[in-house]
Amino acid sequence: MAAPFLIGEAMTGGYGPVDILHGCTIAVEKGQIAVIVGPNGAGKSTAMKAVFGMLNLRGGRVLLDGEDITKLTPQARVRKGMGFVPQTSNIFTSMTVEENLEMGAFIREDDIKSTMAQVYDLFPILKQKRHQSAGELSGGQRQQVAVGRALMTQPKVLMLDEPTAGVSPIVMDELFDRIIEVARSGISILMVEQNARQALDIADKGYVLVQGTNRFTDTGQALLADPEVRRSFLGG
Amino acid sequence: MDILNALVAFLNFVFVPAFGYGCQLALGALGVTLIFAVLRFSSFAHGDTMAFGTVMAIGFTYVLQANGITFGPLPTALLALPFAILCTALMLLGTDRLVYRFYRKKRVDPIIVTIASVGVMFVMNGINRLIPWGGVEEINFADGSRFLMEAAAFKEMTGLKEGLAIKTTTAVTVVTAALCVAALFWFLQKTRTGKSMRAFSDNEDLALLSGINPERVVQVTWIIVAALATIAGVLYGLDKSYRPFVYFQLLLPIFSAAVVGGLGSPLGAIAGGFVIAFSEVMVTYAWKKVAGYLFPADWLGDGLLQLLSTDYKVAVSFAILLLVLLVKPTGLFKGK
Repeated sequence: MAAPFLIGEAMTGGYGPVDILHGCTIAVEKGQIAVIVGPNGAGKSTAMKAVFGMLNLRGGRVLLDGEDITKLTPQARVRKGMGFVPQTSNIFTSMTVEENLEMGAFIREDDIKSTMAQVYDLFPILKQKRHQSAGELSGGQRQQVAVGRALMTQPKVLMLDEPTAGVSPIVMDELFDRIIEVARSGISILMVEQNARQALDIADKGYVLVQGTNRFTDTGQALLADPEVRRSFLGG
Repeated sequence: MDILNALVAFLNFVFVPAFGYGCQLALGALGVTLIFAVLRFSSFAHGDTMAFGTVMAIGFTYVLQANGITFGPLPTALLALPFAILCTALMLLGTDRLVYRFYRKKRVDPIIVTIASVGVMFVMNGINRLIPWGGVEEINFADGSRFLMEAAAFKEMTGLKEGLAIKTTTAVTVVTAALCVAALFWFLQKTRTGKSMRAFSDNEDLALLSGINPERVVQVTWIIVAALATIAGVLYGLDKSYRPFVYFQLLLPIFSAAVVGGLGSPLGAIAGGFVIAFSEVMVTYAWKKVAGYLFPADWLGDGLLQLLSTDYKVAVSFAILLLVLLVKPTGLFKGK
């Protein structure tokens, strides 16, 4: 089997002197969805941030399409084709929806109109509200702006840190549908989710982290079927 | 009752001077607010930046005049502006390199940078006084025609007892300020660089994730601040006169204007400039003349109907600043 498109291999590290990740490995194949789940404090977001270069690794490496990017800054990784949607303050609240998307495409020198049209196709509500200030939108719509902004760089891999935090179940289902759509267009998705059951349901690959290490790794469906995963992490 | 003469007297002694002064404060406050929005600190050196820009413009004005170049009825200093802005921009970028960048890299608390700017203020204060053609004395560098409309001509034209004089420098101030504000808003709303400045001000981390280069945003901000400060200083100097100490004192009304409007909000800075200017002029104006046209003479008594002597005009901005901070700290236009 070929090496995965993006892999954080045996990552060890944390924000300060204390390690949060202990040899944790996260990978995603081209055009697939990988989901990181696990209990609170398991290091899910930290693992994601490590892959994106937001903390220094003391061990392990990150490969994107076979290239070692362990030493690159997050900004440089954006230029390499990685998009990241943080969990909070992930939009420019004082700017309009359209300006948010324009800022997402800041590093691009070419015409961004077609990408913007694609984002509007994906999230029709944003087209309607494109001249409205993003801070005035509802929670679900803000998340759409956030994802749209990250898509504007035409990333090869999109990383989402709890995209459904704080939105209603209906909006959550819709967001997941959109995420599947994005993956079908060939973009790899790596996301951290609190709603483990729903997230694993759409995942090609699932990672269950506990205390900074891989506890279970399998396809989403297999994890959902695994009685031990169900009992420990999915509430029966 | 003579409403027309009262109105003309009001326009001549209150409205026109306050409007011009308001424009100058607004430009100054725009600089303070931009620094706050993008660089996230209150720059106490802004009054001295204005003084530096003005003294540079005075230098270039002398050079132009010595070479026989003037601007017809308009002040020669306007021609000197681009050169003066360039000097001020270089000075500010140099200061950023020497002082502010160090703190930015360390991501220190804004208050520390603010205190550092107090140090910059003292240094600038000294440098401004050492400039050979500047010094500490008052300098009048306005040339060209003095009045757009003279009081006598107005009286003749309208047959009113009160005259309305409009100084060329006041008219120049209003027009220049309007052009500057229009250009600034166009830049912030429509250009890629302007939008990236707003994005950086709104959410620094996300701006970084979007590939916006913070150092470039900071540089562009300093250049715009240099332009605004120089223009504000030159307009004030043309309208009144240049003296480093007076410019240093301008810091208070400018800060009040920025805070009244809401720190970080460009619209607020403009509104705040006018609020402060009109308050200062109206509180320190002797209303006896205007009132004399409106009310019978025996109602008025002997007083000048002046709330505060002009010596205390600084107290007005200070009082407004305190009031705003106590009652509505975010200012009129929801700053930060």
